[in-house]
Amino acid sequence: MSTATLEPQPRVHTQRNYLNADYGWKSWLFTVDHKRIALLYMISVTFFFIIGGSFAVLMRIHLTEPQGALVQPETYNKLFTLHGVVMIFFFLIPSIPAVLGNFLVPLMVGARDLAFPKLNLLSWYIYITGGLFTLYSAIAGGVDTGWTFYTPYSSTYSNTQVTAVAIGVFITGFSSILTGLNFIVTIHKMRAPGLTWFRMPLFLWAMYATSIIMVLGTPVLAITLFLLALEHLFHVGIFSPALGGDPLLFQHLFWFYSHPAVYIMILPAMGVVSEIIPCFARKRIFGYKVICFSSVAIAVLGFLVWGHHMFVTGQSIYAGLIFSLLSFLVAIPSAIKVFNWTATLYKGSISYEAPMLYALGFIGLFTMGGLTGLFLASLATDVHLNGTYFIVAHFHYIMVGGAVMGYLGGIHFWWPKITGRMYPNAWAALAAAIVFVGFNLTFFPQFILGYLGMPRRYAFYPAEFQVLNVMSSAGATVLGVGYLIPLIYLMWSMRYGPLAEPNPWGATGLEWTTSSPPPTENFAEIPVVTQEAYAYAPEEAAGD
Amino acid sequence: MTDSEAHAQDAGLVHQFENLEQQQEADFLGIWVFLVTEIMFFGGLFASYAIYRWLYFAAFEAGSHILNAEIGAANTMVLLGSSLTMALSVRSAQTGNRRALVFFLIATMILGAIFLGVKAYEYDQKFVEHVVPSLDWAPEGEVLARLAPGGLGHAQLYFFFYFAMTGVHALHMIIGEGLLLWLVLRARKDAFTTHYFAPVEVVGLYWHFVDIVWIFLFPLLYLIGGRY
Repeated sequence: MSTATLEPQPRVHTQRNYLNADYGWKSWLFTVDHKRIALLYMISVTFFFIIGGSFAVLMRIHLTEPQGALVQPETYNKLFTLHGVVMIFFFLIPSIPAVLGNFLVPLMVGARDLAFPKLNLLSWYIYITGGLFTLYSAIAGGVDTGWTFYTPYSSTYSNTQVTAVAIGVFITGFSSILTGLNFIVTIHKMRAPGLTWFRMPLFLWAMYATSIIMVLGTPVLAITLFLLALEHLFHVGIFSPALGGDPLLFQHLFWFYSHPAVYIMILPAMGVVSEIIPCFARKRIFGYKVICFSSVAIAVLGFLVWGHHMFVTGQSIYAGLIFSLLSFLVAIPSAIKVFNWTATLYKGSISYEAPMLYALGFIGLFTMGGLTGLFLASLATDVHLNGTYFIVAHFHYIMVGGAVMGYLGGIHFWWPKITGRMYPNAWAALAAAIVFVGFNLTFFPQFILGYLGMPRRYAFYPAEFQVLNVMSSAGATVLGVGYLIPLIYLMWSMRYGPLAEPNPWGATGLEWTTSSPPPTENFAEIPVVTQEAYAYAPEEAAGD
Repeated sequence: MTDSEAHAQDAGLVHQFENLEQQQEADFLGIWVFLVTEIMFFGGLFASYAIYRWLYFAAFEAGSHILNAEIGAANTMVLLGSSLTMALSVRSAQTGNRRALVFFLIATMILGAIFLGVKAYEYDQKFVEHVVPSLDWAPEGEVLARLAPGGLGHAQLYFFFYFAMTGVHALHMIIGEGLLLWLVLRARKDAFTTHYFAPVEVVGLYWHFVDIVWIFLFPLLYLIGGRY
């Protein structure tokens, strides 16, 4: 064994699978196989994650000194704008749905592919086209409006590449519309015999809820950016007070999409965690139906809370009250999920494999992010905290502590299925721990900074905030190392990792009944489902 | 019947579906979900329109009266006619009448082209009257006299909506014309059967949706306030 570790494992994947079915770049760029498209997306979102991450690195270096250590203030504005645009529209939103969702939805419903494979491939090309526009804008001078493109920064007073970025984000929106449409139709019409709605894995419920948001929300972002581009190109428009237009209308339309978009990022991660927790607790999930409905409830309520981004904009105080109340309501289904995961862990036979570490990290960090969200949903405290680093810390706990942890957990959970190879578990566990520590060191100080009144989006800060800022920058370094390690050992494992069995974790779910990696047609015979999704403890299920 | 036999017999069945019935259901659900996204897309425009119309009613009314409602009404009839021929195309596809299918599809294309031609003429008129926001905004004479009481800035907003809304609608029409052409070419190759006609129905639903958008746009843009 010890002599063989450094040599490539014998290629015993003699069995036909989706990876060795065909070779050459054409077989990838013109593929309609959902599994190959998922890999195309995986490579692309990793690329954009590195781009967006490097902007963050530059920002954290800059903020190690009160006067700014690295760049001009104008450049700093462009850095945080592009960091936000790239991370949100080109990494977080497509990450779990387009990578893991694409790979798993057909496998989990027991189908041979998504309902519309060509649209699926088209969605990737649309995503890439939008990404190229955004990269072009970054090279051609950048954009400094903040990722929210607020008017009049983005219209009257703009002197940067707003149009190119707006077009890039506009185009990319259609890729998530197509992905959402594909998932909705696939889940409705292509479930295997016996796979009733309440036998579906919770990941599918999460994907379904996410798809609803993608389908209903993204078109509104598209028309908003379209109107913004018109205004920017022709210097006439409905967001300009010059003609009687209202810049606040832009914020209303923008947040009508962009608040639900937060749930596009977090719901899929919740779905991943709902798969991992029962598997490594060897226990059926607690309160299955309640988790199903809480996903849908988050999707629906998410559309009714956009005004909480606008408490201090001069929006009517009564509107503010209603939006505040509705924002508090979102906490209910979110908390239900957290309680159900912990209840699932209770008296489970827990093992701490790498995916489980990410899932447990997710629960803690998401809870922190969610509870601090309530500070911001309260009208009075929001007046103090709005526009400070408290907000930055809050949404990074949700998006990085939540969505990215969920994505990494999912990647580690399904990596054996995707590649047919195992990764070194010790390295993976170490990386998960480093990510957790680095993340908290980066963002917890920002809660304090924000509470003390340090505004976000400034290139300078008073000298008294330096210690906390240096802590944050140090944490970002640790976090960066934590992200780099999986990149290395996962790529290593694709060639040198031990071969994976069809079901290395002993998990339930149709995706584990087929070989690793699956054949192009997914299943030799379309499977028939005869039991609930998480039958980890049959004796308990029988007594239910 | 085994899978492969079923696939061999059912022209048009793609590999990811078990049978044509499942495929057709998926196609229909797909187009309906797509139309929902379209409603949300136009919804942003309609909501913004509603706000400014409420704020600046006088200017919107005056702007509306610059438009030629007779031409708009006639064009509406043309578009409704195209919906009729589209519905007849779907019917012909269902009954397997290929000649009628091609005939009605081409008729739909011609009516759509007439609509777009009239729209182009109307756009041209706006340049003649100098009521194009930003590009050619210099109303004079009688037009100026009618627009001035409501405020010229607000009138410019009205025409911004006029061009944005009818422009996005026209873009959808042009895409629809392309889809119809694709159907004609496929129908001439005898691609559709009485079991496999989902593409015709899917494009039909899209075409009807675009018509319905116009049914809302016409009164909202052309018929503001009492004109007669």
